[in-house]
Amino acid sequence: MPDVTLDGPLGVLAELTHACPLSCSYCSNPLELTKRSAELSTDEWRRVLDEAADLGVLQGHFSGGEPLLRRDLVDLVGHASGLGMYTNLVTSAIGLSRPRAEALRDAGLDHVQVSIQADEPVLSDRLAGISSFEKKIEAARLVKELGWPLTLNVVLHRQNIDRIGAILEWVEELEADRVELANTQYYGWALRNREALLPSREQLEHAEKVSREARERLRGRTDVIYVIPDYYSQYPKPCMGGWGSRQLVVGPEGNAWPCLSAHELPLPRANVREHDLSWIWRSSPLFTAFRGTDWMPDPCRSCDRREVDLGGCRCQAFQLTGDMHRTDPVCVLSPDRHIVDEAVAAANDPAAAPAAGSSREPVLVPMPEVSVRPHRAD
Amino acid sequence: MTSTVPRTGRPKLARFVKTRYDSARERQVLLGPETVVVLNPTGADILALCDGARSVAEIVDELGRRYDRVVDDEVEAFLAKLVSRRWVEIDHA
Repeated sequence: MPDVTLDGPLGVLAELTHACPLSCSYCSNPLELTKRSAELSTDEWRRVLDEAADLGVLQGHFSGGEPLLRRDLVDLVGHASGLGMYTNLVTSAIGLSRPRAEALRDAGLDHVQVSIQADEPVLSDRLAGISSFEKKIEAARLVKELGWPLTLNVVLHRQNIDRIGAILEWVEELEADRVELANTQYYGWALRNREALLPSREQLEHAEKVSREARERLRGRTDVIYVIPDYYSQYPKPCMGGWGSRQLVVGPEGNAWPCLSAHELPLPRANVREHDLSWIWRSSPLFTAFRGTDWMPDPCRSCDRREVDLGGCRCQAFQLTGDMHRTDPVCVLSPDRHIVDEAVAAANDPAAAPAAGSSREPVLVPMPEVSVRPHRAD
Repeated sequence: MTSTVPRTGRPKLARFVKTRYDSARERQVLLGPETVVVLNPTGADILALCDGARSVAEIVDELGRRYDRVVDDEVEAFLAKLVSRRWVEIDHA
């Protein structure tokens, strides 16, 4: 097993809060959201950032929920920046007023990622569950005006993927430096809502063609990153570049994870209130559970691709089969591939839900706790 | 895509890219949006000379003096790669 612990993590994703003004049906937060009263304090987050820097973390990603709902965001960004981290804000942009943005810039924030749900307000606001499209566009312009590199994050699914061309027109208009066109990953909320979200093969082929053309057209101006949905792949993704290998996530209540979705797995928790990050990264049962290749069952264990895709995603294996040790069912060599094939077949059934219509099953959305008073950003 | 880097051009780091010493890995690193590049010593030396004032030819001369060997191709290939990723900008003036 490669001694990844020597290299340490490159990035920490600080999920400051689960509170969010949006309620998207593919939300990556857990089904059980952390209450605001249980969140780490400013001092606790500062200590986590100190420990992360000691471990070799070079990038600090501030996310949520909506990280702008934390009143100490500027303080925490400044702290990470002072530790030499490249700091990144991942935001819905709701609450990114000019004074707040200027304070973040003065604190040393390096990069801003704004989520975009669609190319126009009606669909966008329906998907986000709140009137937000115009605010996002305004905030994206502000990010550029203040001199930050701008990334637009677009989660693609059955209901917006056909709008990809028009979304890319916004990318061009806003002069984004990067755009991540990422198909939905089916965990947590998105898995519950998969029927309404998984696109058809025809939709995907169109989206891939449009994004390929955009990559050529925008070369030298905008990096166009397109992430395929793994249900339509032959082989699984090497999730997070390997379990406990490059990144670590710290949730609002201080639980540390090797990835965003690992909270669903039946593994012992590792909390920064009880242990320092160094022990959690190097020695905790959670972070060492699937490091390397020794844990693998067949067909992975004897497969030539075991160092390529690293057995795929543990969370997907668990969510689809109930056993987190199994080969990722996305793999064509997995004995469980039929589970994925059935979902793909349903998405391509002519009787399936129309692209922009409602599904047969009701869509569930997270109702994150937001401030009792409407949030004032400044 | 390969970019050509003119010898009279004056390279500098893009505004949103940073370099720093990473004491955990004992190497210079280049940091950008969703990017960490661990630099080898030559790469770190090249970037340290990309101040927007020196031309590519001057950087090659300087490194040639330091290393006592010809580094033209190495410098140009390295910079071309960084230019194509937009981590380095070339002032053609």
